[in-house]
Amino acid sequence: MSEELICITCPLGCHLTIERRPDNTLGVSGNRCARGVRYACEELLSPKRMVTATVRICRPFQAEAAACGETGLGSVARLPVRTSQAYPKEGVAGLLADIYRLEVTVPVKRGTVLLADYKGSGIDIIAARSLQV
Amino acid sequence: MKEMYFDAVVIGGGAAGMAAAQELDQAGFSCAIIEREEQLGGILTQCIHNGFGLIEFKEELTGPEFAERVEERLQGTTIRIFTATTVMEMETTADPKLLYCYSAQWGILRLSCRLVVLAMGCRERNRGNIRIPGDRPAGVYTAGLAQRLVNIEGYVPGKDIVIIGSGDIGLIMARRMSWVGCKVHAVVEILPYPSGLTRNIVQCLNDFDIPLYLSHLTTNIIGRDRVEGVEITPIENGALMHEKAFTIPCDTVLLSVGLVPENELSKVAGVELNPMTNGPQVDSMLMTNVPGVFACGNVLHVHDLVDYVVEESRRAGASAAQWLKGRRPQHEARLKVGANVRYVAPGRVDLQADNKIYLRSLIVKNDALLEVKVNSRVVKSQKKSHIQPSEMIELHLSPKDLEAAIGAPDPLVEIAIN
Repeated sequence: MSEELICITCPLGCHLTIERRPDNTLGVSGNRCARGVRYACEELLSPKRMVTATVRICRPFQAEAAACGETGLGSVARLPVRTSQAYPKEGVAGLLADIYRLEVTVPVKRGTVLLADYKGSGIDIIAARSLQV
Repeated sequence: MKEMYFDAVVIGGGAAGMAAAQELDQAGFSCAIIEREEQLGGILTQCIHNGFGLIEFKEELTGPEFAERVEERLQGTTIRIFTATTVMEMETTADPKLLYCYSAQWGILRLSCRLVVLAMGCRERNRGNIRIPGDRPAGVYTAGLAQRLVNIEGYVPGKDIVIIGSGDIGLIMARRMSWVGCKVHAVVEILPYPSGLTRNIVQCLNDFDIPLYLSHLTTNIIGRDRVEGVEITPIENGALMHEKAFTIPCDTVLLSVGLVPENELSKVAGVELNPMTNGPQVDSMLMTNVPGVFACGNVLHVHDLVDYVVEESRRAGASAAQWLKGRRPQHEARLKVGANVRYVAPGRVDLQADNKIYLRSLIVKNDALLEVKVNSRVVKSQKKSHIQPSEMIELHLSPKDLEAAIGAPDPLVEIAIN
């Protein structure tokens, strides 16, 4: 049985055909360079994705500040976050659920680790922007 | 009314405005940035996905990280930043030029300056622009508006989504809406091929099994108070196949149908626009037809990568600084759009300087040939392994490439793709 993938390493977008051989190796065709083989192997054997999301901001005196229009955050209610590296695809849904449970108090600095070594993966969840009160 | 003077005023505090202002400051000119939002960063602050910065910072960043890294370069400069301030009117014919701005902090603010850099970015095309028939219920958003609501303000605008148009923002939003718990039922594209990048089709649609309907037109939006569904009609050989139309139930429609440079202010100030880009016509210094008014970034033409926005805007800032010091291009040639080219920016080249040109193709092609002709004679040709309309093409033209144009009356440089 063969599987088909589009290589996304570069804009050429080669259409790859991959055969799973009896000895558990992969036979890749349709690629125009070696990176196609690498992409196909990673995508079929251990697919990973960069995950970006947002978390709730807990602002001190939020209501008072908003009432007098004095908060420097304006309409900003979420802090963008990302994984430090690509995370195994099958675990993304669980990871997102855990990210959505987080709450961050401002001020926060870009790069702050919000969840360290998530489930022993070696991958951190980090703040993707700084926010001042 | 508060009044202030700066050598240069940059309108817009996104990636383009910040990069241009930094160059002006470095050249020793006093400079202000006017930004209508409460923070700098422009559209990048809502683009929380990754994929930015591979060229500018040699690493893959999210939009907010890219914006902050550019903003950090302004630390230690004397650039005056006015946030939550909107420019309402420009008087650019007099010297000094006058900008009338409004803000909660300053009330009416009148800035006088010798030079203006337009860096206002672009706006999204909306339902009115593409004339989708049907009801006018709640639940129809442009993709970028939905992106702001979800990523910054923390509102999810619906549960069952159909996205019209396969531009990159629409594709990115298909993944975002899926990741915040919505069901994206379809992406509908009128053209026979997707207008977004392949990697976004793969990572934002295929990962979530979202069907992409190519050569399909949205012929009706149904719903009285709230969207209840969209009617989709296939196009075959250029004709709508009404008997094959079908309805997809949904409560929210996102439109990703293109961007238009935001030039309302420029038009009022007498800046001439290029109908192909909807951005100003600019010369080799990125200056518009109004002396001392420059343009860069997405207000000039819609870019594919913010890295190129920053590169172009640095160039605009640097040449604006040179203009303030008295430099004027001595020998310019007009650039002409040749076969299979949608547009070139800028519209002129300096025959005595190194020129960088961005262009877009009208066609998808592997092993294409990019050709430059001076007065109909080929002076440069470059092989391109792959071109497509959604990706900008970069071209360098040196004084040596353009030698043939020197001395010719009204020289013409034509760029074509074969």
